[in-house]
Amino acid sequence: MERKDNYLQRREHLKDLTDQQLKERFWSLLDQITTPLVELAHTHTSPAVERSVLLRMGFSSLDCKVIVERCIEHGLIGKGAGHVVLKVAKMLGVDYLEAGQRLIEDESLWEQAKALFGGER
Amino acid sequence: MNLDVNQKLDIEEILKDLENYRPRRKGWTWRKKVEGPTQVGPFVYKQISQPLKNSIGLPASKYFGDIDPQPDCVITSEIASGRFEDDIRRMRMAAWHGADHIMVIRTAGQSHYDGLIEGTPEGIGGVPITRKQIRASRKALDMIEDEVGRPINLHSYVSGVAGPDIAVLFAEEGVNGAHQDPQYNILYRNVNMYRSFVDAAVAKKIMASADMLQIDGAHNANATAREAWKVMPELMVQHGINAMFSTKVGMKKENISLSTVPPTAPPAPCMALDLPYAVALRELFDEYKMRAQMNTKYMESCTREATVSHTLNLMISRLTSADIQSTITPDEGRNVPWHYNNIHAVNTAKQALIGLDAITDYVQLKEDGPLREKVRELKERAILFLEEIIATGGYFKAVEEGFFVDSGYYPERNGDGIVRKGDGGIGSGTIFLRDEDYFAPVCHHFGYNNIPKEYSTPCQAIDGCTLCKPEKIHYIDELDEEDNVNQRLEKKKEHRQKGLLTPEVEWYADGYVSMNIFLPTSARVAEYAAIEIAKKMGLTDVEAIHKQPIHPAEGTLVEVKGRLELAIDPQELKIPEEIPSLSEEEIREDIKKKPMKVVAATVGEDEHSVGMREIIDIKHGGIEKFGIQCHYLGTSVSVAKAVDAAIEIGADAILISTIITHGDIHRINMRRLHQLCKEKGIRDKIILVAGGTQVTNDIAVEEGMDAGFGRGTKGIHVASFLVKRRRELAK
Repeated sequence: MERKDNYLQRREHLKDLTDQQLKERFWSLLDQITTPLVELAHTHTSPAVERSVLLRMGFSSLDCKVIVERCIEHGLIGKGAGHVVLKVAKMLGVDYLEAGQRLIEDESLWEQAKALFGGER
Repeated sequence: MNLDVNQKLDIEEILKDLENYRPRRKGWTWRKKVEGPTQVGPFVYKQISQPLKNSIGLPASKYFGDIDPQPDCVITSEIASGRFEDDIRRMRMAAWHGADHIMVIRTAGQSHYDGLIEGTPEGIGGVPITRKQIRASRKALDMIEDEVGRPINLHSYVSGVAGPDIAVLFAEEGVNGAHQDPQYNILYRNVNMYRSFVDAAVAKKIMASADMLQIDGAHNANATAREAWKVMPELMVQHGINAMFSTKVGMKKENISLSTVPPTAPPAPCMALDLPYAVALRELFDEYKMRAQMNTKYMESCTREATVSHTLNLMISRLTSADIQSTITPDEGRNVPWHYNNIHAVNTAKQALIGLDAITDYVQLKEDGPLREKVRELKERAILFLEEIIATGGYFKAVEEGFFVDSGYYPERNGDGIVRKGDGGIGSGTIFLRDEDYFAPVCHHFGYNNIPKEYSTPCQAIDGCTLCKPEKIHYIDELDEEDNVNQRLEKKKEHRQKGLLTPEVEWYADGYVSMNIFLPTSARVAEYAAIEIAKKMGLTDVEAIHKQPIHPAEGTLVEVKGRLELAIDPQELKIPEEIPSLSEEEIREDIKKKPMKVVAATVGEDEHSVGMREIIDIKHGGIEKFGIQCHYLGTSVSVAKAVDAAIEIGADAILISTIITHGDIHRINMRRLHQLCKEKGIRDKIILVAGGTQVTNDIAVEEGMDAGFGRGTKGIHVASFLVKRRRELAK
């Protein structure tokens, strides 16, 4: 968009505000603008977010990448990658790090993982 | 491991046992300010912090008792050689000059790398940020901070499509600060806008868990916009969005720093534009920290010009405020910064900040007139910008409409802003709704988390996450057998072990040198001629890094760089032995027992008396202070007159000061003094000393003097020599 500087017309509603009122307005507008951004982040996840979970669980960065990619392929990312690993570990009766390795090596385990979360929807 | 001041950092020692190294603290550290007026050497300061245990002061500090007062704000040095093993040596050098915030620049392209990089590959324009690189750097900094006696903050970037991964890495490894700003990803790295904000919230929460300081990315609009000073209203909007978003996801305001840059540089009347902006920003964001960056937008290859612009930037920091003073190396406009330019930049900051200590006790920003009017206008323009974002349908819509980095002075619009689409960019279509049973069994996770009721903390489900149990961190040493630090060290192993010396500016023994060449011709001819000259001098990979017309026809200054493929063995150098001075007490005692008289004069057709005054006057710490009686004859004195005066008073020594001239007059004067003393039969009883800025001991002795003293000589050196020589003559 192209527009000439029309600051003087646009500022009419601001010109009588005190400096303090101006500052309050600045922050209240930012509050409005950022609320939906925070909400989006609250309700969503991403490959990087899930890798960060697996990293915090003690997986190597290389393993995190593979597990998260598989979670996306198998439609399980919305459950949380760490959650998937934990459930599979419980099912197999092994440590969760071990379960992560099995999920990387054994493609067939993913069908069982999906079943644990109620199968295809 | 402690560092020895006289030993180089041992890289192999740093790499040893790295898999078990843990950072000794987490979180950001501010300098400890010294409250109230404080005496340091001969002066009183009001804006300083605690001194360093080991440091190198400004060059002029020797005139003031070698003081090295440290400003109150943190000082940043940005390091980007591409090899961390060379970066850490530079960190040590920077720390000795007063840097306590080491910002490690990432290699080109890392922001598009989906995941962590491991090992120690070589980078371009920066270093690949990896666990091993961070851990080695932090370990080195732990030693360096002990050496200088002040905590040092390590800093890098939590951006790109692996923000949360990197945030975890940084929190685990004790990185103290990071840039994090989703807007930066969107605008300058073309990362998908939704992905950027989803990732940013998680990354910021993790950063907050380790008390890291966050710096935003708004300053990039300055560097990108066609006319940097016109984006000032938008800059406040960008700062505001990141600051507000960050506090909402759990960061403390005191850990959030704005990255602010004075937008203009001379020949713009920069203070009139930059100062109102700085004031407006500090008033709107008074609860947040300010990181004052130096201007890079108008930086060319002239290091002098950059230094002056940066000094003006520092003036703004002192007239307003800065919690962190960033420094840009004066050579950034021409190459990846060189070792010593990091130090020059740190010193520019230290010098200006200390020079402007307490300036607001003497000058004050006006409360009326154009400053206040402009501050008000900037704030209003920023608010109008925010109002239009809302009217358009929110932040994402505004980005799609090209609101940001438009070169118009908002509300003016030139239609040249950066446009990004919601379904475009790297990582588009990669955010997923969290299901109702979404669970992340780790601490400090942002967003919806359905933690099963049986667990009191989320990571109880896994018996502790890495943020609670660091022993769970998975350490990878190297992935690439060729591209790693061990291979690089191996290549220069012999060179290092023998202690050979090769010039360097970035990497160990890279061989680079630079030269200033003035040629009496036009710029273009001069450039090619200078390159040819450098090649004839034996340099390879020659490049002109700066050329400046001094006159269209009369001359051009060219700076060239090139590589010198040679190594000097210091063992084979013939270095004249340094003669230790006697102690002040010993000299005084000797003179007390047996008084000494000297005749001093500036000889020949020379009216300069400064050098000689420095050597004899008591107020300059000259030889008079040891009790030596000085008969100063003045300037343009003949040699004969000096000898006659010496005979008349029975002097122990004659001190002559002489300048170097084309006609070798200095040598002739020395020779005549020696000969005349012989003719008069006093040469074996009298000490003859010559001094001057370009006199050396060798020249003086060749011409019959007992000693010669050059630039940098102090009274004690001369007094010590006189006492020792008199003892020899007495034998």
